[in-house]
Amino acid sequence: MYGWLWRALPGPRWGRAGILVALAAVVVAVCFTWVFPAIAPLMPFNDTTVD
Amino acid sequence: MTEQTTPVVIPDEAQPPAERRADRRPRRADRRPRRGGVAAAVGVLGELLITLGVLLGLFVVWQLWWTDVVANRHQEELIADLGWAEITPTPVPTQEPTAEPVDPRRYDAPPVIAEPAVRTTFATLRVPRWGPDYLQAISQGTSRSQVLDELGIGHYEGTAMPGGIGNFAVAAHRVTYGKPFNRIEELQVGDALVVQTEETWYVYRVASTEIVSPRQVEVVAPVPGQPGVAPTAAMMTMTTCHPMYSARERYIVHATFDYWMPTDAGLPPDLDAANGGA
Repeated sequence: MYGWLWRALPGPRWGRAGILVALAAVVVAVCFTWVFPAIAPLMPFNDTTVD
Repeated sequence: MTEQTTPVVIPDEAQPPAERRADRRPRRADRRPRRGGVAAAVGVLGELLITLGVLLGLFVVWQLWWTDVVANRHQEELIADLGWAEITPTPVPTQEPTAEPVDPRRYDAPPVIAEPAVRTTFATLRVPRWGPDYLQAISQGTSRSQVLDELGIGHYEGTAMPGGIGNFAVAAHRVTYGKPFNRIEELQVGDALVVQTEETWYVYRVASTEIVSPRQVEVVAPVPGQPGVAPTAAMMTMTTCHPMYSARERYIVHATFDYWMPTDAGLPPDLDAANGGA
């Protein structure tokens, strides 16, 4: 999977590494902004109220 | 392709490995599709599992660190926006000539404000046991997404307001999201809980602590532990999760109302003591 990604990317070795780092940053940003806040309420900890 | 097909001239020993590598590359690519389907699937599965592990690690980082960063920033703004919550610790009027210093504490029925709309920040909490810098906003409602994850301490809707007869019940996170009640286990009987609204200080004293199941709603009843009984005293109740990083139980602190003061009468003596004197 990642081997395929590496071969599919254009450019020299450092260029591909740069693209991958940028992609990773985007994934982290998307997770922190939307994905994790959406799944956090489903986690079995952190409830503080009685109801 | 075999090694024989490459035009091999070996002038020194450094060249052949490079040549061989260049030669091997297409051959490897050639061979890959022929790898067994099972092996390929296991390879992809392995990479997916590693990715999942990294994402779970990221989630932990987000939950334990980033939610605190965001919530602390937001809750500090909230305090600043109130305008009246940050006190410069000097305004106690020094009435030196009078024989007896006037005790600003009042034990009669305090003024009680009406319940505001959900998400409205209407009070702050100071707890001398948690240090002189502890200052958190209290907002209406206990919905996680609307109040607790963002605004800090939430007031159970329908319970008494500060100083009111009944049970002024609040909830907050103990870990993550700014963790307003992080040090709740340090509270001891007799400790002051100082609630401030725009006009009034309300000082409660910790009376008891208990650990209950999440379903035991009677802890926030007007008379804690006795649902349906008409209240005669002003109480305060804090609820948070227990044990830390778990939602199995709830840590409960009950406090009784001690005294009140108008905010323009200076700081309550309990805060003065926490600040090392006026």
